[in-house]
Amino acid sequence: MIKIFWAAALALLGATASISALAAEPAGMVKTSKGVVSLERGGQKLLAVVGTPVFPADKLRTGAAGAVGVTLRDNTLLSAGPNSLMVIDKFDFDSTTQVGSMSIAIRQGTLSVASGKIARQNPAAVQFHTPTSVLGVRGTEFVVEVGEGRDE
Amino acid sequence: MSKFNWSVSLGVLLLLTGCVSERVVLLPSADGRASALIVRDARGELVLDKPYAASVRRGDANTAYEATPEEVKARFADALAAQPPRPSTYLLYFEPGGNVLTAASRAELNRVRREIAEHAAAEVRVIGHTDRVGTVEGNDALSKKRAETIRAALIEGGVPADKLETVGRGERDLLVPTEDEVNEPKNRRVEINLR
Repeated sequence: MIKIFWAAALALLGATASISALAAEPAGMVKTSKGVVSLERGGQKLLAVVGTPVFPADKLRTGAAGAVGVTLRDNTLLSAGPNSLMVIDKFDFDSTTQVGSMSIAIRQGTLSVASGKIARQNPAAVQFHTPTSVLGVRGTEFVVEVGEGRDE
Repeated sequence: MSKFNWSVSLGVLLLLTGCVSERVVLLPSADGRASALIVRDARGELVLDKPYAASVRRGDANTAYEATPEEVKARFADALAAQPPRPSTYLLYFEPGGNVLTAASRAELNRVRREIAEHAAAEVRVIGHTDRVGTVEGNDALSKKRAETIRAALIEGGVPADKLETVGRGERDLLVPTEDEVNEPKNRRVEINLR
């Protein structure tokens, strides 16, 4: 009887934990996907197909012929070319007040960005990170490449 | 075997961190507005404030240079081709006091339906508004009703229901600010945000 009680309590605990994980609002959604694109979330690896939600802390990785495009909830457009690794380090956005902040890292490959509402409302709340530098955005479209220096 | 793998991975890691090359190029903004990027590292910062102003990392410093559209195409064509469609906003207007669209907006609704259908993994937010005729509470309800009417029309037009969010803002967000009880056609509207 006690055993059953504990099993039930544990199951409930597990259910609550997974509900709270689901309750977190996504940062955005995959809108374009080409070739092999994977999404790493808490040690799990998923295929990032069109329509896949993207959450803070997710890592998006493209293969040799891969490319991916993500629209964040504040209308920021992110897209990465082949052999790229992009990390959504931080994202929060209140769609009513339009207040939020974001931090995105490009660790490898190519990234194109068209900034969105957070950058318009409060540019200081938007950061892009390369392995060595931080990019501050003032209402902008730009591209970033992080390579291995072979052609320099 | 595992020892060998470790030394190889360490070597690769050193290679990667040892001679990283980085490049940042400011592009013209789609709306033509002035924009800028600030590239900051441990040594200081570079400001890129003209289209094609660029920064490249050589050794351990960022250096400014001027890129060209050809270079951007050569290096970034794949990333740029993967860019999601631009988010867009549509406005539909209503006859006074109810949820009946004006004739012009009925035609516009068909165009909006088509554009949403062509948009991959569309996410749609429908925000209802009213003018200032009537009570605040009544207008809250009317704005919600207008948003729900458009939602239903979009679902009927094939937009998946779970991608459609509705909000009623009553007379709180006037497009044209007016005194109370003013019949202003531009305020009787639904805003559709497509992303």
